[in-house]
Amino acid sequence: MTIERFPVEATHTMMFARAIGDPNPAFADPESPEAAAVGGVVAPPTFAMAGFQFDPDNPLRPKPGQPWFGSGREPSGEQREGGGVLHAEQVFEYHQPLRVGMVLTTTERAGRTWDKQSRSGATLHFSETITEFRDAGSDELVVTATMVGVKTEPAAESKD
Amino acid sequence: MAKVEIPRVGESRTMVLFDDLTRTQIVMYAGASGDYNPLHSDEVYTTKVAGYPSVFAHGMLSMGATGRLLTDWFGPTGLTRFGVRFVNQVWPGDTLSATATVEAVRQDGDVTLVDLVVSTTNQDGKPVVSGTATARINP
Repeated sequence: MTIERFPVEATHTMMFARAIGDPNPAFADPESPEAAAVGGVVAPPTFAMAGFQFDPDNPLRPKPGQPWFGSGREPSGEQREGGGVLHAEQVFEYHQPLRVGMVLTTTERAGRTWDKQSRSGATLHFSETITEFRDAGSDELVVTATMVGVKTEPAAESKD
Repeated sequence: MAKVEIPRVGESRTMVLFDDLTRTQIVMYAGASGDYNPLHSDEVYTTKVAGYPSVFAHGMLSMGATGRLLTDWFGPTGLTRFGVRFVNQVWPGDTLSATATVEAVRQDGDVTLVDLVVSTTNQDGKPVVSGTATARINP
């Protein structure tokens, strides 16, 4: 994801913490002793992924006036291209605490790629995408996220 | 929070993350994260078009929930690294338990770093998320 402006806000970290089932007030309540102990509300360790909310091109969000591949009147609204990539691995490196009040920017680059054979003979194509989240104020690195996607290519050629 | 004690190699903690994971919990994750892939919330699309038996959780929901075990142990800002592989799908109704075990305790200058192996399993004992993490003590 490439995001120009990802403001880290307390309502968002609260909703995210609820969504992962984590009741720690350090992620939600600025008045709590848990937040005070770490200098204010901070984001849960995987929160950087919620930057998708600020990606104008996020293909996994329905947009007004555009077809959506999920169901409506029909089980699917459109044929989807570029699908079929599964999330195989995820790594975060933390350079400093991710705090409410920060505004992040991201840069994305491709990392390594490699292939593996599955037991059924299919080829699994792995590829890394590395996203750096920087504090827009200081330009310091906050989080580096490495996502590994995998796409499967069947062993036998399909008939169509 | 209380001062974090330096753990011993082999020390381990376990936590139940979800008992009977609900579809609504998965919808909450979609809403908070911005990953609205219908595979996680749209039963009609997922069963009739994508061919799965039901919707299933985002891998990042399982990873995020697993992080709770680590931040409860080492504090909300204690991690320096957290990485996992998504090894099996998580379905509505699953019960997930996370375990973290200390592999090494090392010094980097005057900072104490703790390397951990992390595994989250379902009610059948099958791993769904497995990986490693590093925490720093009282940074």
